[in-house]
Amino acid sequence: AALANVRKSPLSTTGEKLNPLEDITSYNNYYEFGTDKSDPRANSGRFKPAPWTVKIDGEVGKPGDYTLEDLLQRFPLEERIYRLRCVEGWSMVIPWVGFPLRDLLKVVEPSAKAKFVEFTTVQRPSEMPGLRYPVLEWPYREGLRLDEAQHPLTIMAVGLYGKTLLNQNGAPLRLVVPWKYGFKSIKSIVRIRLTTGQPQTSWNLSAPEEYGFYSNVNPQVDHPRWSQARERRLGEFLRRETLMFNGYGDQVAGLYRGLDLKRNF
Amino acid sequence: MTAALWAVVTGRTDGPLGERSLPSMTPRQAKPIIWLLCLTPLAWLVYRVVSGRLSANPIDDITDFTGQWSLRLLLVSLSVTPIRRLAGWNGIIQWRRLLGLFTFFYVCLHLSTYVVLDQFFDPTSIVADIAKRRYITVGLTGFLILLPLAITSTTGWIRRLGRRWQRLHRFVYLAAVCGVIHLLWIVKGDDLREPALYGSILAVLMAIRAYYWTR
Repeated sequence: AALANVRKSPLSTTGEKLNPLEDITSYNNYYEFGTDKSDPRANSGRFKPAPWTVKIDGEVGKPGDYTLEDLLQRFPLEERIYRLRCVEGWSMVIPWVGFPLRDLLKVVEPSAKAKFVEFTTVQRPSEMPGLRYPVLEWPYREGLRLDEAQHPLTIMAVGLYGKTLLNQNGAPLRLVVPWKYGFKSIKSIVRIRLTTGQPQTSWNLSAPEEYGFYSNVNPQVDHPRWSQARERRLGEFLRRETLMFNGYGDQVAGLYRGLDLKRNF
Repeated sequence: MTAALWAVVTGRTDGPLGERSLPSMTPRQAKPIIWLLCLTPLAWLVYRVVSGRLSANPIDDITDFTGQWSLRLLLVSLSVTPIRRLAGWNGIIQWRRLLGLFTFFYVCLHLSTYVVLDQFFDPTSIVADIAKRRYITVGLTGFLILLPLAITSTTGWIRRLGRRWQRLHRFVYLAAVCGVIHLLWIVKGDDLREPALYGSILAVLMAIRAYYWTR
């Protein structure tokens, strides 16, 4: 359905050609629906994104269950055009619709002890056929440092191209962190927990030497199986140079001052 | 129906169902069928490219597709001898060379997709890939093993090499192992279904050989 009152954000990436909706909705990594890129669209028809509740708990002053309607009423929606860089070496430009995660975090009042945010994807075997296979440690989990989660570029997306998210894109509520590899932007979130320690993440549990906690886009640090120096923008033939922090370095490099990004990959 | 098919394909009329007086097929008649069957995946790929039925990342699709069919045809080629032994069907041996050469054809398509479409002849990144990425190293090893086997597949070379020809061509088993490991090292997460399937088929085919070797 079309989303009303979406205003354009000054934080959008400018001057880049958007990938068509068809690319964005047909070429997805969402292993709960299958491991092929075409599986999420083909196998997500039975998934019910409504009604939806997200539990927010842990180190917060106001824990609680928030319905999607609550969130949509409370936070004005913005269009955010971001590059999405997959760890596999391809990228897209996507016009997301959502609201800053920092606004939501403000409402729940993180305690002084909160240092990290853990996100969990819904786990419904009857609606998500990929969960039958132990490809990853289900449910899918991701995490951010609290300051990363509070960064203005970090958003909770509920739509793209002005319409509500389709199931294959992580309906009805997902994270988008544009300077990190795509797998950090966890889909169909049912739980947000603020923690004192660094949360475990599904990909890091599966292959710790390949997928670090940070997973910032970094052309100088190769994935063991892929060079990260270049990427193929879907729709283009020749690969292009990958930019540090996916081109968002001006805004986010400060978060990592003094951190060895080779060790903390 | 089964009996008729068996007879047509094998040229035997004393097949498992024991029916006789059915038309039989000589290797010369069978070859066009192998050509047709082996070119069908390529035709399907070309059709998908031309009609725009590939995904948003067509180069990856072509790489995956040609890689998968390389491994499948390699396993089909390696099934010839076990089938010959188990079914007592000696005629099938005459199809082996053609199946092997079609395997090599798909391997060449797979490799050239990587070199031309994926890397666009970028020597620096190709060399870096070969040195740093073990799945590419092992894949290329498989290709380099198959290359001399393809060259020496002609009747002239078989005659010239004599007994050594068979010893040389046993390296195809190593190439198949390279192919399975190549796939195993590409899969992400703990999704071992495909490499496990191809690996077990290879293991069964090798076990049958081992049984006849040690008998």
